[in-house]
This record gives sequence, structure tokens and C-alpha cells, in this order.
Amino acid sequence: MNWPEFFDMGGYAFHVWTSWGLTLAVILWIFISSKVSNAKIRRDIQRQLNRDKKVDNS
Amino acid sequence: MNPLTLIWNFLSRTYHRLGSPREFYQISRYTTPVFGFLFLSLSIAGSYLGLFVAPADYQQGDSYRIIFVHVPAAWLSLFIYVVMACAGAIGLIWRMKMAFVVAICSAPIGAAFTALALITGSIWGKPIWGTWWVWDARLTSELILLFLYFGVMALYYAFEERRTAERAMALLAVVGVVIVPIIHYSVEWWSSLHQGATVFREGGPAMPPSMLTPLLLMALGLTFFYGYALFLRAQNMVLSNERKSQWVRELIEQSTIDKNKGES
Repeated sequence: MNWPEFFDMGGYAFHVWTSWGLTLAVILWIFISSKVSNAKIRRDIQRQLNRDKKVDNS
Repeated sequence: MNPLTLIWNFLSRTYHRLGSPREFYQISRYTTPVFGFLFLSLSIAGSYLGLFVAPADYQQGDSYRIIFVHVPAAWLSLFIYVVMACAGAIGLIWRMKMAFVVAICSAPIGAAFTALALITGSIWGKPIWGTWWVWDARLTSELILLFLYFGVMALYYAFEERRTAERAMALLAVVGVVIVPIIHYSVEWWSSLHQGATVFREGGPAMPPSMLTPLLLMALGLTFFYGYALFLRAQNMVLSNERKSQWVRELIEQSTIDKNKGES
């Protein structure tokens, strides 16, 4: 396998790799944003639970 | 018992289970890893075949390899819209809570893939058509699809009251579904720079198997990615909507205990 030739994509390196790279970026963005908002929601609910406990104890 | 009755009972049980946020959450714990695994294996195989194995096109050279991401993105832009519109209709007709969640969680994923289809198409158009953009029927209708996704999201977040927001969003999603056949047939109804259908056409796909296989693998793999992401996002929305309910409180309490155990 000739790597430089592979990356050159017959002269269309910019077009092919930008398209594939953007696709990867979209997938990663959707994945990461879903995980981040999951962590945030769980943290918010846990905080509310802690507050409720304090109110019960006092 | 009659097999039809069995099937009907199974379907109605599944429908009712999916309709309850708690049951939906339980089911999604099994579906997300399965969908994630199918997405990774199919799309890695598809990328390998598409980039390394498939031969160069005799007219377009290697530039045609954009097809393996462009067509799946365009397919998903339509597929996700149809799922969103169906979910919206189910929510409106049968007042099913989870259907609205599926519809609103689909919108940003659909918008992302629509934008991706437009951008990759544009990057492909530059060397082959000699222009980034033309205002022809296919490209313009796909752009309208992107604005419909934005409209659905904007409408949902414009209302304070969740039920009103859900109904408004679903109504736009259902009405907007008319764009889907327009996009699909646009290359037949109007003259366009864009090529006609290659896969879903009369007489079968017009592509050799060495190119068709990676294309189908990528399309199927990314469709599973949509399923995967949809369940992740729906889980988030269920947790957020049901934060006051006992089962969510217990679930979070339990996962915090598990996490602390893991750390100590």
C-alpha cells in the first residue's frame, strides 16, 4: 500500500478528506454533547436530592 | 390462540411499554449498546471498503469517494424527518408522551445530517460541476428541509409550557413532511445538475457491488448511529422531564452510590 498516494486521493485530497472529516466531526459532536448533557442533568437532580435531604433534617 | 391475536397483543404491549417514560428508559438501556455496536462495526467495515477496496470511478477518479458520506447523510436527513413526523403524529393523535420526546430529540440529529449532506454535496460539486452551489430544485429543497428542522426546534423552545411546545413542534413536523417526496423526486421533476437516483430506482441500483456494498454499509451504520444517539438523547429528556418522580430519584441516588463505591 502506497500511503502518500492514498492520502492524495488522485488529487482530490482536500475534497475527500474534508467531507469524511466533517462526517466524523458531526458524529463526535452529537455523541459528546449527549454525554455532557446527561452528566449535567444527573448532577442537577443529585443536587436537588441533597437540598431536599437538608430540608428534611432541619 | 390465533397468531394474529398474538402479534396484536405483542404490539400493543410494546406500544404501552414504550409509552411509559420509565419503561422506555429501561428498554433504552439495552438498545443503546446494541445500536452503538452495530453503528461502529458497520461503519468501520464500510469506511474500509469505501476508502481502500472500492476502485476509483472512471469519470470522477477518487473524488467520488465523497459519496460514501454524502449519500448516507442525505438519506438520514429524509429518514429522520419521516421518523420525526410519524412520532409527532402519534403524539398528537394518541397523546403519547414518549412520541413527543422521540420527535424533539430527532430534530437536532436530523438538522446536523442535513447540514452535512449540503456541505459534503457542495465540496463534491466544486470539482465535478465547477460550482459550490446552484439554486436548483434538489439543493434548494434540501436547504428548506434544514430550515424546517430549525423551525421545529425553535418552536419547541419558544413555549414556556411543555405541552403547548410539544403540540406546536409536532404540528410543524407533520405539515412539513410534504418536503420529503419533493426532495426525493426533485431530480426527476425538474432539470438539475444533481444526478438522478442511483440506489432506489427502477431496475435496481446502478452501481457495481464493489461500490454499492460500502455505500449500503455506511448508510445502515449511520442509521444505527441515529438510533443510538436518539436513545441517548431521549434518556436525557426523560430524566429531565421526570426529575420529580420517585423512580428517577432512586435511579440517581443509586448511581451516585455506585460511583462513590467505585472511587473509594
